[in-house]
Formats: sequence, C-alpha cells, structure tokens
Amino acid sequence: MKLSLDFIVKWKAILFALMGSVAIIMIPQSAPAEYADVVINNYADAAGMRPAVFPHWYHRIRFRCKVCHADLGFKFKAGGNKITMAKIIDGQFCGACHNGEISWSVENCGMCHSGIPGTPTQIHGSTIQKLVAPQYKALSDKKRVQ
Amino acid sequence: MTIIKILPLKQVPSKLAVIALICLFAIVSNVNAAETGATKKSMKLKPVQGQSDKVSKANVFNRLLKKDKNKNAPPAEDGIHDPANEGSHVLQPPKVAYVGLPTTEFGNYVDWVQALQKGYLKPRYDRMDPKVEPLVMDLDIVRPVKASMPDVVFPHKPHTQWLHCSNCHPKIFIPQKGANQINMAAIMLGEKCGVCHGKVSFPITTKSCKKCHSKPKPKNWKPPLSQASVKNPWR
Repeated sequence: MKLSLDFIVKWKAILFALMGSVAIIMIPQSAPAEYADVVINNYADAAGMRPAVFPHWYHRIRFRCKVCHADLGFKFKAGGNKITMAKIIDGQFCGACHNGEISWSVENCGMCHSGIPGTPTQIHGSTIQKLVAPQYKALSDKKRVQ
Repeated sequence: MTIIKILPLKQVPSKLAVIALICLFAIVSNVNAAETGATKKSMKLKPVQGQSDKVSKANVFNRLLKKDKNKNAPPAEDGIHDPANEGSHVLQPPKVAYVGLPTTEFGNYVDWVQALQKGYLKPRYDRMDPKVEPLVMDLDIVRPVKASMPDVVFPHKPHTQWLHCSNCHPKIFIPQKGANQINMAAIMLGEKCGVCHGKVSFPITTKSCKKCHSKPKPKNWKPPLSQASVKNPWR
C-alpha cells in the first residue's frame, strides 16, 4: 500500500511537469524587439519568403510620418496595404524610395524579408499585444460597418 | 489507486519514465544538458526564493508582469528578425541610432517629439526635398473628462510637425467641437488616438497618462455621483 502511494505521487509530479512543458510552448514568448516594428506576412510565408519587417524607428529618424502615411498612401494598419513586390517595383509603397536612388534597391531581399518564418502580421509592442485579458477578435472587413 | 489499475504503470520503470519526460522537456523548451538537472529537482514544487518555505510557487509576485529584459536589442537578437538571415546582421542596431537622443521610460525609450523640437533629428517632410518645411499649427484643444482624471489637452503643434492634416481629418477625427466621442477602451483597442498611440507613437502605460491628461481640474471640482448613489434608498 505504501509503495503504491509513492507511485501516485511520482506520476502526479510527472503529469505536472508535462502540463508545465505544454504551457511553456503554448504561451506566446515576448520578444525584445523594438517598439512599433511591423511584421508584414500577408503573402511572404505562402510564397516561401521570410516575412518582411519594417522598423518604424529607423524610418522616423529620416522621414516624418506624413511622407509615407499622407503622400505615399500607407494606411495606419499593419498588413492593411496589401503590398506586393510587383507594386514595389512599380514605384508604389516601399518602392517610392527603395529604388536605388533615395535608398537601396529591391535586390537586397534579406534586408526586408528578415523575419522569423511563420511570424504573424503584427505591430510589435502594441497595447493590444500587451493586454493581459484575451484579445478581441477583429471583425473581418466585410462585417465591419464603415 | 484507480489510475494504477487502469494503466499498466507498475510494469513501467518509473525512473525511465522520468528521464524520458525530462528529455522531452529539454527538447521542446531548448534547455541544454546542464539545466535538465535543475528541472529534475524543480519537479518537487520548490518554494519561492526569499520567501517562507510554506509559500507555494503558484503565488509568485507579479505573476503577469513581463519586463522588457533586453531593451533596444540589435535586430538579430530581437526575437522577430531571423538570425539565420544574413540581412538581419547588416541592419542598424537601434542603440547605435539612439545615441544622444532625449529618453523616456516607454516605447522606444526615445522622446521623439523632444528630439525633433530640440533639433536632434531632421527628418524630411518631403520624400525628395530636404528643404521643405512642415505646415505647423499651434492650437491646443482641451477635452473635458467626466471622471476624476485631469482634462485632456491635445496639442496640434507636435502632431503637425510629424503628420499632415489629412492623416487625421476627417476620417479619424471630425474637425468639429463635440463631434468626437473618445474613451480609453477604444484607444487601447486601436481606435481614435489609438490608431497611432499604443502602436507607434508613445504607448498607453501608467507612466504616460499625464502626457495627455495634463490640465488639472478646478480646485472646487468634485467627482459626479452616480445615479445608483443619488437614488440609493438607504442613503
């Protein structure tokens, strides 16, 4: 009888450890990335590329918000601009500057497409990401009444 | 007892099972060989360090508070950029760029507005021409707040230094007094001010409340009583 009780205690501990290890994997790990870094993964993963990472801090040192968000038509929404490489080489969005004249050109794939594969589209460090309570699911564009 | 009866656990050598589990644990959480010894010990729920032996590990202090351990980390170590990608190592580390800029306690830990106003930064207002000057409007809008928080003062000046009128008006804010209903819940979910604040411009933290809620209430101000309190029959 004493031996079997010991057994239960041991297996309980093992069960605890298993649950703990599962929990560690499930909890999204907070990355120390820079505030407002945007990961854009609309099409990249599906096309076999790393997701693109846009560092807001680097660009706001050189340009005011107005240049991209008023002149170039970038919407205030991560992943909301549906940027493709075809649009970029046509001079739209990133391509307005990343054309070899104002900044380096598109042949430097790995400079933008530098995210860890599988990272979802996000603004890193945003308030919504930091809320302890579960996130509200955003309505899809069709359901949202503008 | 019933568990043992259902599963033929008696036949399984328990030590072997423990080792197998530790191996699994090590693989999934990338723990190296030196640390597996520690995990084996920690299976017996250890008490929290510096506290009474009777305090359970479940009752840790600041259970949900996650600290920024490695702030302004270089791209290859920031958890978003892939270190296996060569380009990640070419990108400029933020700490290099932030040298000499005024600091804050939140966001990028850089006071971007001060940096611009004091001339530490000279970002372009036009994509091509560095000489174009921004259309700055110096107009403060006071928004009364119902509750006890100080009233909000919205300064157009720092906003127009960075942005263009069309960025906010009329889609996000109708340019008319009393036409915009704003509350903190909406801001934190990314609407109104939250379109930028809490994403790119300074975030909503306890340390940044007073940046907006900056106009103190009059001295004779008292918080309005709720209806449940006014109509309280036992009052």
